[in-house]
Parts: sequence; C-alpha cells; structure tokens
Amino acid sequence: MLIVDKEKCIGCGVCEENCAFGAISVVDGCAVVNDNCTLCGACVETCEPGALNIEGAAKETGAELGEWSGIWVVAEFRHGGIAPVSFELLGIGRTLADQRGVPLSAVLMGSGVEEGAGLLIASGADLVYVVDNPELEYFREDVYGRVLEELIRARRPEVVLAGATAIGRSFIPQVANGLNAGLTADCTQLSIRSEDGMLLQTRPAFGGNIMATIVCPNSRPQMATVRPKVMAPLEPDPARTGEVILVELDDRVYRSRVEVLESVRSEQDNVNIQEVEILVAGGRGLASEKGFELIRGLAEELGGAVAASRAAVDSGWISYPHQVGQTGKTVCPKLYIACGISGAIQHTVGMQSAKTIVAINKDENAPIFDIATYSLVGDLFEIVPLLTRRIRENRGK
Amino acid sequence: MNIIVCIKQVPDTKDVRLDPKTNTMAREGVSSIMNPFDRHALEEAVRIKEEAGGTVTAISMGPPQAEAVLREAISCGADDGVLISDRAFAGADTWATSYTLARAVSSLGNFDLVLCGKQAIDGDTAQVGPGLACQLDRPYVTCVQKIRSLADGEMIVERMMDDGYDVVRLPLPALLTVVKNINEPRVPSLRGKMKAKKAEIKVLTAADIGAEKQCIGLAGSPTQVVSVFTPPPRGNRTVFTGTVEEQIGQLVERLKAYL
Ligand SMILES: Cc1cc2nc3c(=O)[nH]c(=O)nc-3n(C[C@H](O)[C@H](O)[C@H](O)COP(=O)(O)OP(=O)(O)OC[C@H]3O[C@@H](n4cnc5c(N)ncnc54)[C@H](O)[C@@H]3O)c2cc1C
Ligand SMILES: Nc1ncnc2c1ncn2[C@@H]1O[C@H](COP(=O)(O)O)[C@@H](O)[C@H]1O
Repeated sequence: MLIVDKEKCIGCGVCEENCAFGAISVVDGCAVVNDNCTLCGACVETCEPGALNIEGAAKETGAELGEWSGIWVVAEFRHGGIAPVSFELLGIGRTLADQRGVPLSAVLMGSGVEEGAGLLIASGADLVYVVDNPELEYFREDVYGRVLEELIRARRPEVVLAGATAIGRSFIPQVANGLNAGLTADCTQLSIRSEDGMLLQTRPAFGGNIMATIVCPNSRPQMATVRPKVMAPLEPDPARTGEVILVELDDRVYRSRVEVLESVRSEQDNVNIQEVEILVAGGRGLASEKGFELIRGLAEELGGAVAASRAAVDSGWISYPHQVGQTGKTVCPKLYIACGISGAIQHTVGMQSAKTIVAINKDENAPIFDIATYSLVGDLFEIVPLLTRRIRENRGK
Repeated sequence: MNIIVCIKQVPDTKDVRLDPKTNTMAREGVSSIMNPFDRHALEEAVRIKEEAGGTVTAISMGPPQAEAVLREAISCGADDGVLISDRAFAGADTWATSYTLARAVSSLGNFDLVLCGKQAIDGDTAQVGPGLACQLDRPYVTCVQKIRSLADGEMIVERMMDDGYDVVRLPLPALLTVVKNINEPRVPSLRGKMKAKKAEIKVLTAADIGAEKQCIGLAGSPTQVVSVFTPPPRGNRTVFTGTVEEQIGQLVERLKAYL
C-alpha cells in the first residue's frame, strides 16, 4: 500500500506531477491515491516532506537464510570462448565475497569448456563448477536452466550473478521462478548492506530516469543480472589458485523439448555492441548506407564498433543488432561518438550511461548536446573524415 | 490456433524526462501507450491467425485504465481483451506478475501459443516472458526475430543472439518473446476501431483466477524496492568553438586516453 501521512502532506502536488500512472491527486490539500497505483515508488522519492511511504512485507518463502552461503557467478560460454562479461562479474563478485568473508565460485556450462576453468580462477574465482556435456553445446533455455537450478539447490549460494546478455536474460528468470527467488534485471551497481549482509541491487528504471535499489529480504539465492561493461574485471593472475569441481548430473536434467537446428554467426553482427569499449554511432544525418562507411572508418581507427539510431536501422542502412535505444540495445561503452543523431529520448536511454559522449551534429539545438561531454557543431561529412585522419596521425606519433 | 498475447500498458517515455536543472523526473501530462515490443507480438499473433485460423486473445494485468491497450489491441486485430485487475496485484514484481499471468492464462482454457514482447520499456526486465513460461511449464524461446514454420504441433523459429541467430524447433503449446524486427505492425483499421469501441473487456480479479494471496502483488514479490533516487547528473560538458580544424584538435587532445 502507498500510505499518505496526512500530518506531513502539504498538498503541494509534486507527487501528482510525477506519477506516471495518474494514480495520485491532491484533494482538499492532501494527496489521495487511486486504483491506478502500481506501487512503483517514483512519488516517494520526490515527496520532500516525506509524507509518502510504501508499506507491506515482501514474500515469505520459508528459505532458511542462514543456510545459504557463498557468491556465485555464471560464466557465459559461446562459440568457443568465455564472454567478457563473465570476467567483469568475477571482478565485482570478488569484492562482494571478500566483504561477506565467503568464497567466490564460477559456474561454467557447455561442451568442451573445461579448459576455461583456469582462466576463471586467474580472474578471481576460488572455485569453479564445470558442467561439461555435449547436450550443452547449444544454448537452450530449459536445459541450461535446469542445470543451474540443480547446482543451486544442492549447494545453496546466497548470491547468483549472471550477465545481462541475450543468454543470461533468457534463462536466469526461469531459474529464479523455479527457486521462488527474487531476481533483479540489468543491475549497474551491487553492494553489501553492512547491517545484515544483504545484497543491494541497483538498476535504472523508466529508461534510466530513475534508479531503484532492490533487496530480496526473505528469499534465497539473491539473484541479479548485471549490465556488461559496467563492472571492472580484475587483472588476470596466473599464480592464483583455486579448485575445479567437475559436476556430473543425472541424464534427466539434459532432456529438452527444444532442439537447436543451426547456430548462425553473422559476419556483420558478430560484434556485440554491448561488449565493446568504444562505439561510433550513426543516425539519419548520414543520409545513406554509404554514410556508414565514414562511421566504420572512424570505428576501425579507434578499435571500436559501429552502432546506430533506429532511424538508420529503419532506413535499412545497417542491421538491427546495431540499434541502440529503447527498442534496441542498452550500451555502456567508455566512449560513444554520436554522428548525425538528434538525441531523441528513445535513443539516449540506451546510451546515456556511457562514460564519455561526443556529439557531432549540424543543429546546435539538437538534444544530444544536452548529454554530450564534448560537442561539435558542424557537418559530419566534413568532421568525421578529418577526425579519423587526425586520430591516425596522432597514433603515428 | 488459440493465441494469447500479453500486453502491458506503460508510461510514454517521451513524457518522462529528466529536468537537467533540478535533476528530477519531469513529466508533461499523463499518457500511456502499449509497450512497443508487445505491438509486434500482437501483430505476429494476428498474422498467424489470418494464415491458420483461430483466435487471438489479448491479456493485460494492470490498473483499470489498462483497458485502453486492450481496446487498441482489438482495433489491431485481436478478437478479445481480458483485463486482469485487482488492487491486490499492485506492487507485483516479475515473479508475482508471471504467477498472476499464468493463473489468468490457465483460467482462460487451452492455448497453443503465448506471445510476449521481449521486454517492457518501463521496467526493462525481460523477465516476465520466461517467468510465465516456467509457471505454465511450457517450452519457450526469447528474442524471436522470425517464425519460419508453424504446423503439426511444432514450430521452427529464429532467435536473435548477441553474435547472430539460432534456429530452434519447439513443440506447441509454447511461449515466445519477440523483438521488433519480427514484423511491421499495422495501424488499426476503421472497422477495427469501431469493433474496439463496442467490445466488452472482461475483467478478472484475483478470486476469478484462483490466485493465492501470498503469491500476488507486493506480498507475493520476493524483491523489494528499498529506495528510489535520481541518477547523478552527467559530468561537465564542453562545447568546442573555433574552426572545424581547431575543434577537432581540441577533441583529439581530450580523447588521448582512448587513442
Ligand atoms: C516506441 C518507439 C521506440 C523507439 N526506439 C528507438 C530506439 O531504440 N533507438 C533509437 O535510436 N530511436 C528509437 N526511436 C526513434 C526515436 O524517437 C527517433 O526518431 C530516432 O532516434 C531518430 O534517429 P536519428 O537521431 O538518427 O534521426 P533524426 O532525429 O532525424 O536526427 C538526425 C540528426 O542528424 C543531424 N544531421 C543531418 N545531417 C547532418 C550532417 N550532414 N552533419 C551533422 N549532422 C547532421 C540533424 O541535425 C539531426 O539532428 C523510437 C521511437 C518510438 C516511438
Ligand atoms: N502486467 C502485464 N500484463 C501483461 N503482460 C505483461 C505484463 N508485464 C509484462 N508483460 C509481458 O511480458 C513482457 C516482458 O515484460 P518485462 O519482464 O516487464 O520486461 C512484456 O513485453 C509483456 O508481453
């Protein structure tokens, strides 16, 4: 329930303005909540007098909290390699484990993956559970989900982290549902609450306009997927030691209703724009498919990848996996160079957490300049080639 | 084919923006839209129906005003709209939402296919589709970009991956979540609009779907929001001046760390 403290409410109406659902209005100088309230909490934060509160207990799951211990990271293995986000998870996982005084474990699933275990240990894991089975060659929600669920039930970690990637976001929710566990999607900050050791999971909501911190008070494990490129990996140390445990599971676990007929790696889409440090993005301002050659040239010079606005994708100049924004991907690179992109909110929600944003646009009033670290007002057809050349020269030095 | 499409009503992002001066959420009026991904799920359902026959039922869990998206769904080709609405559902996280939708789907009788959007743009979790499949104990595939075939109780679909796509076969009944390049949604026809206006939207409460109290709403949610805050403002901004050459010179200087 959203409770209005009538003593504290001053009837200012700020909550009314901030409610995205039209669920609150000021009547006779006091806020009144109606049936449209979804308890999203956006009003609570904007209420300066502190008159609004959400009350109610979280789900009782009967989990004996004390029996769950240890931090787990789900490593992602596809097409012969461990995804970079797995090492980032070990980075933050190490911090959390040390704070809690518990071991950090990695789960490595796939076919022919055993060798990867050493790399995970060098990157921070104390323990690696390896599940190596031909049935795991291709990703299938049901099998991957059951394997992980089985491991979790048997060993009871307090925290399970996975990458917020196509794979992670696809099968982790099933595991959480099966375990009656809470799951927070696409976290950008994780920490331990000192009073009770709970995991504080912070994530953007409403397209990054607000941040919410979430806990799982009564359920275990505390599960979260984590946005790629936000957490820092540790420098791999080959001298680190750890234990590798090969897990054998019952055949029944591998039985699937789903069959992967083919797994196609696309040449053009091969670069996952969520996993790179530098992105050069193009929009409608590029005027044609050919315009993207400029973008590609600059991206190559910087060792980055190419991204795009929806307008460019819808024009057919570049494929959908490159689209950034509300209906595309959310990216968090160190450097994002937006060329000929106006900066519509649907685009910026997908890239506004980039560390450095450069905007190149001929319209000095383009909204992209509101969030750009460095702004260049001018014609991209003049600026981009020159910038590419300067960077090349600079490197030559 | 009996197809159920899960549709969420979400606040229109263009109305929700950060006021750069006060760093608080500024809103201009209250407007809500159909979640963009769900529009594609609906379109796909209607196309399947047009090809293979059957019915398309749009369902939404939400406050009374969510009825609007169901009418819109009917105007775009859905046969029925069912609103799952009860004060007791408020504050549901993805676990409780998945549970509630699963109870509702089960109470509607047999289905062949459930379609969801990849994610809702307000919460961006992408968890409800897989959660619902789990609660219904049906196979599922997320991020589907193409249905290649659908016949004889099974389907073959292409699902988008981070590095390409996979081709997957699965038996019906099943659940899919879809991405936006699966199709181009139609605009409602005049006839559709008329039909939507007159349609009766069935409302199901917690009691109607036999939902257990401890599994719905805030009380049924294992996650709990402890605080909501506005993100810290972005750091300093620099607008370069001078000739293009000079501007680029200044930029390259600042980007040294990345070169
Ligand atoms: C439901 C919904 C979901 C959406 N999802 C997304 C999404 O996921 N991602 C996304 O990007 N958009 C999305 N959009 C679309 C979004 O609202 C904008 O329409 C889109 O981002 C605009 O793309 P753009 O900036 O490339 O094009 P425009 O807005 O047309 O901007 C082009 C810019 O290029 C500049 N320009 C032109 N020529 C030059 C030149 N020679 N030199 C320099 N600058 C030049 C212009 O000044 C202009 O600012 C969505 C919209 C809706 C309704
Ligand atoms: N309240 C709801 N009512 C109906 N469908 C929903 C609801 N919430 C989520 N969905 C469906 O689940 C998908 C994913 O939502 P989410 O997990 O919230 O990102 C959406 O695209 C909808 O198809």
